[in-house]
Amino acid sequence: MSALATKLRRDLGRMVGQGLTIALVVACGIASYVTLQSAYASLLAARDDYYASCRFADVFAHVKRAPESLAARIADIPGVALAETRLVEPVMLPVEGLSEPATGRLVSLPRSGEPRLNALVLREGRALDASRPDEVLVLESFAEAHHLEPGARLPVVMNGVLRSLQVVGVVLSPEYVMAVGGGAGQEFAPDALHFAVLFMGRDAMAPAFDLAGAFDDVTLRLEPGASERDVRAQLDALVAPYGGVGSVGRSRQPSAFFVDNELSQLDSYATVAPMLFLGVAAFLVNVVLSRLVHLQRPQIATLKALGYGRARIGAHFLELVGAIAALGCVAGVALGAWLGRGTLGMYAPYFRFPSLAYRLDARIAAAGVLVSLASAALGALGVVARVVRLPPAEAMQPEAPPTYEPSLLERLGVARLLSTEGRMVLRELTRRPLRFFFSVAGIACGVGVVVVGGFTFDAFDVILDLEFESAERHDVAVSFTRPVPASSLRTLAAMPGVLAVEPLRVVPVRLRSGHRFHETALVGHPAGAELRRVVEWPWHVAPVPDDGLMLTDMLADKLGLTVGDSVTLEVLEGDRRTRTAQVTALSREVFGMMAHMELGALHRLVGEEPVVSTALLRTDPADEAGVDARLKRLPAVASVGKRRQVIAQFERQTAETMRITALVLTLFGCAIALAIVYNNARIALSVRGRDLATLRVLGFTRGEISAVLLGELATHVLVAVPPGLLVGRALSGFMMANVDAELYRMPVIISGATYAFGACVTLLAAMGSALLVRGKLGELDLVGALKARE
Amino acid sequence: MSPPGQHARAVLSARGLVKIYEMGEVAVTALSGVDLDLYEGELVVLLGASGSGKSTLLNILGGLDAATSGDVRYREHDLTLADDEHMTRYRREHVGFVFQFYNLIPSLTTRENVALATDIADDPMSPEEALALVDLGDRMDHFPSELSGGEQQRVAIARAIAKRPDLLLCDEPTGALDYLTGRVVLSALARINRELGATTAIITHNAPIARMADRVIHLSGGRIRAIDENPDKLAPTEISW
Repeated sequence: MSALATKLRRDLGRMVGQGLTIALVVACGIASYVTLQSAYASLLAARDDYYASCRFADVFAHVKRAPESLAARIADIPGVALAETRLVEPVMLPVEGLSEPATGRLVSLPRSGEPRLNALVLREGRALDASRPDEVLVLESFAEAHHLEPGARLPVVMNGVLRSLQVVGVVLSPEYVMAVGGGAGQEFAPDALHFAVLFMGRDAMAPAFDLAGAFDDVTLRLEPGASERDVRAQLDALVAPYGGVGSVGRSRQPSAFFVDNELSQLDSYATVAPMLFLGVAAFLVNVVLSRLVHLQRPQIATLKALGYGRARIGAHFLELVGAIAALGCVAGVALGAWLGRGTLGMYAPYFRFPSLAYRLDARIAAAGVLVSLASAALGALGVVARVVRLPPAEAMQPEAPPTYEPSLLERLGVARLLSTEGRMVLRELTRRPLRFFFSVAGIACGVGVVVVGGFTFDAFDVILDLEFESAERHDVAVSFTRPVPASSLRTLAAMPGVLAVEPLRVVPVRLRSGHRFHETALVGHPAGAELRRVVEWPWHVAPVPDDGLMLTDMLADKLGLTVGDSVTLEVLEGDRRTRTAQVTALSREVFGMMAHMELGALHRLVGEEPVVSTALLRTDPADEAGVDARLKRLPAVASVGKRRQVIAQFERQTAETMRITALVLTLFGCAIALAIVYNNARIALSVRGRDLATLRVLGFTRGEISAVLLGELATHVLVAVPPGLLVGRALSGFMMANVDAELYRMPVIISGATYAFGACVTLLAAMGSALLVRGKLGELDLVGALKARE
Repeated sequence: MSPPGQHARAVLSARGLVKIYEMGEVAVTALSGVDLDLYEGELVVLLGASGSGKSTLLNILGGLDAATSGDVRYREHDLTLADDEHMTRYRREHVGFVFQFYNLIPSLTTRENVALATDIADDPMSPEEALALVDLGDRMDHFPSELSGGEQQRVAIARAIAKRPDLLLCDEPTGALDYLTGRVVLSALARINRELGATTAIITHNAPIARMADRVIHLSGGRIRAIDENPDKLAPTEISW
């Protein structure tokens, strides 16, 4: 081993604590990169494999009713490799345990059972038996949410008629990787509960919807190189006379759209998060290396005097940094692989791929390592440049004493309020404003990362509060097998244990404005409703107008509508007639693409007697079991849903994911704060050791000199906390900006508790590392410090 | 080694001081059995070559270091087994140090450096008063980087005497200074010894400086070889080297 290599080894040995903390930050940076990128790549691969193996279609079009003979003409469009017609119809499922019936799709399967496009993957049970018309296959996410197994029976309202269908198999579909219906009204976390997709034999399905010899949906596979635009234009022209509503390409197919959106979110996090950590790492490398070089001036001079070249000496210091960064890289890749696997696991319940295998591409690891090394090198560059330029003779001299001057604050007279120790702290800070700035910025990033972790909990609380406390205030929701006369609610109201009853009418509709359309639930609210209200952000109850439609502003945006505009409304049940309604109000709800109407206005619009599909009850908590039993005895009741259970289900689904995310973010944030404070403290101790020893000699106690050292560190941390909270807010906003507005619009609200948590955790991490260094004050060499300048 | 008749009371007494430094497997003996008394108000010069043990002795007397064996008493206090807290209080209340390299705090002005000592002393003079004693009344608001070496050393002296110490211990106070500046610094020390009556011990390897002392203690090889009384001590301005 060369002498220089030995020196490198010993230098590293002497700065173990500093090296480890820098490596820790590098590791966090690379881990966040590897975690997010590997999860991204794994999801991307799973998606592509799935789409290819299941022959996921390229173009999708829905029509009202077209003769099957049109299929051949569609297949003849230039660029179309394969066209497959089918039936896709909306259904409602008044499932036990839900406050409102689940909505969903019934999709036909060809007689062979095996569609040529959008093939299903059978996860459980068996395929359909063509001779049994009441059999269905059910999408896995819905089956899991409701614990449905082959053999179970499912109540399904098909074209206004309630039927009991038998589940024979549980399947996955490339069209429903994320179980979103493109407008079922419940597009956030508990989708799986409220959105069902059922697959049925086409022969069994067609008569129920009066679609024998016809189709209402077609999917296409394009030839390689074909123009999607051209094909879609021709297709739209062909189906327009049959109620075509405009085709979509794969990128706008709802599930594919959400999957792609989630993937691009991951991709953008994968860029921002590592930059934060690696920026901090570069700063730490710079600070620590500057100090080391300062201490080693005479050694550098000696090396130069002995004939070591500039390049060799520069390389020596870069090797030192490289060794620390390399340690961080190894730890970071390992941590990233572990967290990446975990992240992928968190996606598994939402992204239904037949196989979701974790793969860590060597290129991702290599890119992470390269970026980390580069950021460390960036931090080292300026310092190393100073080293190689240092003339040997000058390096032999001790560096000129540091120059201080009264700070601006002192010139303003503030210093008079400070003790002598306070002034030492103040001048040390103002003498190196840039270092102070970066240190504060770094700690602020740490605080911010912890705050983001807490934000996910706050967001969760807001959702709970808005949806389940302010909007839904009933205890029990009773769904009926078919709409019942409003007068029958009197029976419920008279029931012992029932304190209040309110009707709700939910009608599945397709809203259309020009070429834009959206399927959703139109909810009819009674005037002065108390148990189910429309609540806007922030906590404002929006009154449902007496006449006309109230749309959520997101839905209005999607349809290009505003107050006063007319909208075409297809009722997707009963006579399925088309009506026109006027938009009379917009609501700023956090979730959903919903439409609301006053109950009477809805009846008039649809042209129906006063009927209700759901009754909302407030019940006496003391008589819960009695109410349950009495409700179950009523003949028309399809399901009895408890609000409490829905909340519990929602919490179960999201809480664990959030807890893990928050924990990881908190640990990462602490790592930053710890590393910065520890290194600041070590450097302050090294720079000021002689001063501190002098103070000890003058009779200052250990406590008094630690006030000088820790006062400086505390100032960094305390100054960093307020901007850190803002950084947290900005990062949370960034996260939300990456969520598609169609999914939900989360207000960036951060609770005082989250801010306090971010501040406290960082302060604790800072105090911990400061105490580590404070222990070193006991080791100050009083005699040695007086002998000579370092 | 009997005390000179004109000095009645010993302020500091050391008996049988031994200091051995363990340097890996080698033990280096810095002091091997030193007996010494310092008397109230006297000015003593400890003279010896490099490695003679004079700094080690001064550090032990000043409460910066502990002897391997032997006893040190300051008036009625036994310093031999004192813990860190007692040593700190001893330095804080009774001892003023002047170092070869000044050890000023670079981030503090002249006045503030002196205030460091007066802030924690029981009955200090004001920093201004202390600085006037070393003729630096006009440099109060300068930082160390704006002062010459001699001026920095005089600030260090002002800092050491501002608490009105009983003992003023100076380790090569002129070691880093040129001849003329050194004389100014020594004059300041002599004046303070005279005017404040602090028992003053000056370490030097520079023999002519011994002529300003009441007593000269010769050290070599970790032992006191001789103690000379100096009935005709000179003012620093009369000394040359």
